[in-house]
Amino acid sequence: MKNGKCNGGATAELPEIKFTKLFINGQFLDAASGKTFETIDPRNGEVIAKIAAGDKEDVDLAVNAARHAFDHGPWPRMTGFERARIINKYTDLIEQNIEELAALDAVDGGKLFQMGKIGDIPAAAGHFRYYAGAADKIHGETLRMTRPSLFGYTLKEPIGVVGHIIPWNFPSIMFAMKVAPALAAGCTMVVKPAEQTPLSALFYAHLSKEAGFPDGVINVVTGFGSTAGAAIASHMDIDKVSFTGSTDVGRKIMQAAATSNLKKVSLELGGKSPLLIFDDADVNKAAELALLGCFYNKGEICVASSRVFIQEGIYDKVVEKMLEKAKEWTVGDPFDSSSRQGPQVDKKQYEKVLSYIEHGKNEGATLLTGGNTIGDKGYYIEPTIFADVTEDMKIYKEEIFGPVMSLMKFKTIEEGIKCANNTKYGLAAGIVSQNIDVINTVSRSIKAGVIWVNCYFAFDLDSPYGGYKMSGNCRESGMDALDSYLQVKSIAMPLHNSPWM
Amino acid sequence: MASRRFSSMLSRSFMSSPSLFPLRGKNTNVNRGAHRYSNHAASIENTITPPVKVEHTQLLINGKFVDAASGKTFPTLDPRTGEVIAQVAEGDVEDVNRAVLAARKAFDEGPWPRMTAYERSKILLRFADLVDKHNDEIAALETWDNGKPFEQSAKVEVPMLARVFRYYAGWADKIHGLTVPGDGSHHVQTLHEPIGVAGQIIPWNFPLLMLSWKLGPALACGNTVVLKTAEQTPLSALLVGRLLHEAGLPEGVVNIVSGFGSTAGAAIASHMDIDKVAFTGSTEVGKIILQLASKSNLKAVTLELGGKSPFIVCEDADVDQAVELAHFALFFNQGQCCCAGSRTFVHERVYDEFVEKAKARAIKRAVGDPFKSGIEQGPQVDSEQFKKILKYIKHGVENGATLQAGGDRLGSKGYYIQPTVFSDVKDDMLIATDEIFGPVQTILKFKDLDEVIARANNSRYGLASGVFTQNLDTANRLMRALRVGSVWINCFDVLDATIPFGGYKMSGIGREKGIYSLNNYLQVKAVVTAIKNPAWL
Repeated sequence: MKNGKCNGGATAELPEIKFTKLFINGQFLDAASGKTFETIDPRNGEVIAKIAAGDKEDVDLAVNAARHAFDHGPWPRMTGFERARIINKYTDLIEQNIEELAALDAVDGGKLFQMGKIGDIPAAAGHFRYYAGAADKIHGETLRMTRPSLFGYTLKEPIGVVGHIIPWNFPSIMFAMKVAPALAAGCTMVVKPAEQTPLSALFYAHLSKEAGFPDGVINVVTGFGSTAGAAIASHMDIDKVSFTGSTDVGRKIMQAAATSNLKKVSLELGGKSPLLIFDDADVNKAAELALLGCFYNKGEICVASSRVFIQEGIYDKVVEKMLEKAKEWTVGDPFDSSSRQGPQVDKKQYEKVLSYIEHGKNEGATLLTGGNTIGDKGYYIEPTIFADVTEDMKIYKEEIFGPVMSLMKFKTIEEGIKCANNTKYGLAAGIVSQNIDVINTVSRSIKAGVIWVNCYFAFDLDSPYGGYKMSGNCRESGMDALDSYLQVKSIAMPLHNSPWM
Repeated sequence: MASRRFSSMLSRSFMSSPSLFPLRGKNTNVNRGAHRYSNHAASIENTITPPVKVEHTQLLINGKFVDAASGKTFPTLDPRTGEVIAQVAEGDVEDVNRAVLAARKAFDEGPWPRMTAYERSKILLRFADLVDKHNDEIAALETWDNGKPFEQSAKVEVPMLARVFRYYAGWADKIHGLTVPGDGSHHVQTLHEPIGVAGQIIPWNFPLLMLSWKLGPALACGNTVVLKTAEQTPLSALLVGRLLHEAGLPEGVVNIVSGFGSTAGAAIASHMDIDKVAFTGSTEVGKIILQLASKSNLKAVTLELGGKSPFIVCEDADVDQAVELAHFALFFNQGQCCCAGSRTFVHERVYDEFVEKAKARAIKRAVGDPFKSGIEQGPQVDSEQFKKILKYIKHGVENGATLQAGGDRLGSKGYYIQPTVFSDVKDDMLIATDEIFGPVQTILKFKDLDEVIARANNSRYGLASGVFTQNLDTANRLMRALRVGSVWINCFDVLDATIPFGGYKMSGIGREKGIYSLNNYLQVKAVVTAIKNPAWL
């Protein structure tokens, strides 16, 4: 290995797998077909459990349950505060089960167990608590009608039955980010977790029952995108679909919505996010942010800073520091607390990342470090840094979704902005500089939904998050996310003898 | 049933305890005559022992219970008997100074405004859980000190205390400033910063609810507080203050000073280191507070003051439902509500029937020891209020209004007053112009909407109003024409945490509850930064 020490590969105790069936109308059920699929431990490629393989018939059943819970059940008819009490109880239960949930995501997704305990699961709980507090703060408006003798107001109504299709890179946070605001709005839902990481979603389903959600409010159908996912996107009785995943699949979701019932679509898709490091940056901090931004969660993160642009005056120093730090970026068993990077989620992703590394080499980029696999089992890849990357290379243009960084040099602010925007994506961007003019100019100029200044991954419950261009069409987190799950109804009526208008 | 239309909080509790507000069908056979009161009179003479001990009587300053600097105490009295419940530390200027110093330090240097809003919200949520846990103990103290029915304290008011805190806990991490377009190359932001140390002076009629309306938003925004309770009802706040600290509130963030308005209250209103004062109480005292603020440091002032709120029964009303709702609107909490529907305007077409039935309903009202189950009305809070109300009743009779029911005290001890109904009330009678703050319903007759709008608005107050009608146009017209802060249509006293409350005219300044109350506890700072080469403006 040239870099990235590999620690021993501790074989931690697997968490007990308690839930493997579909969760529909408050009950765990086998798939209608009786079929199952295997969910794999990415540390070694071994089977963790067999999971019910939901398909169209199961989605129909789940939509029926959600439809009934919405059209006739108590959930949208409760007060926002009553919904909040149940969501808060759910939050408490999640917090009581942090260890187990973190272990499920670690074994299923190869995610760091420690990070799950202090990061992912508390953040998931935070989303639920945040939106519990939002449930009684969904305000319509009374209007200042411009025509004489009219009185008007708006009602923000829950949109109905929602289909959520979530990815495998942050199984817990994505579940919470989608389910929590939909619950607060009063919607009912069918959640399809990724086939790579179905375990925690089923555990969340179990906790939802314990928290007291009425049956049918939250349904979880495990299965594949081309079957269960497609059934959701094209279902005639689903009012809204929310999807996080690749841009290619996002396109299919939108097409399926268009050819079925024109359901509302919100998409959080891929990215090729730039990190711009300016001459006045603190070298140490800049190097640390670049590594974190690109390699965190093994690079399996849609906002990864996979294109790092460094101004020429500081380029050599930052690269040197980065290579020094990369040696300390330990790759190993996600249950080992000294690991900073676990295995890629599955064989397919692993092979895809390796093929991009080959492209990089073949297209003439300079491999500064990494580029190899680690160990003889599982899907471990070295943190990899390419320099001299040019805008026509595949590794510059395409989302790799792995620990592969592309380094570029730029001269002026204007050039930096132009490079940053030279992508079909527009999800996030980082800027490292102490100069207030640079920060203000660049933040307004980059076409991306999130800008992190002198920090990266500064996600916050209250801060909306989503993409420009082909990175998506909605915002999640914060109060803005509620709009995705609400219909606005305007009501107007004649008004007689009003003393003011 | 009309009583099911009260706020969701109220109605939920009432449905589980129908005896609290007996639902009345159209054919209810009502007992007539004053002898009906005697059903509960025994409970007035034989006082029930409250199921709670008084644990806290000292001031709560900087996280500790302490005596007043002077060592003085004052007695807090049981309104059922006039006997002393406990001697309570009597805060004065020096104690307020100590409390402000603690609050100042907690704000200027302490963790409270510096922790994340999410952390603050978790402490407020933990406090709400503790309130749930101690519900009946808190409720018993509230009833003992105030005289309100225990079932009302335990099933409505203490749960609403927790509810209001949960509401504002949810706001803590959602207090947003704006980014603002400028006229030039500027990046403009508004920061909503906590205002600092808030002085809060609360009344005796809803001690805990008033505490929650004041503390909830102040704490969610990151402020620190010096709270003065009413001298009639100091006890429940001290227990709740302890629970706030148990929930993890840092010391000095909430300080509670018991004492009198003319001493401790005045010290707060005129303090040079308090940034904001919020007061709920009479219009007369509200004026003094505003004066003291203007003479001292021009601190920001919000006031929730008196009212003489109209309850308008239109000609299309279902009389039975209207009677029940109007009865509730006035008599709830012994008539000690600033928003009481104390001018009952009834359309002439239904007037006679309404009066007859309102009288019957009042006579049927269950008055007695507030700890007794099924009691609707306890004693008035103290001897001063008791005498004042009896004086107004005398005025009513002397001015020629028709006394339909009640008119006197009930029993031989404590401060119980018979539910009293006047009809044929004229607009210029004292009982139609002044806030009585007691169980005295005044019924006035009207002919048409124009007239009732003019008469309803002909008051120096403008707090609330009730409208009883099925007619959409009537409802839409009245809601805009009434110059009041709250209009309740086919309901009354819907005081949810989410709904703003406050007065027009001499009923006050500002709004409490809902998102609106946050503004009372925030400073808005505009930050303008020059920018170069903006991609857009």
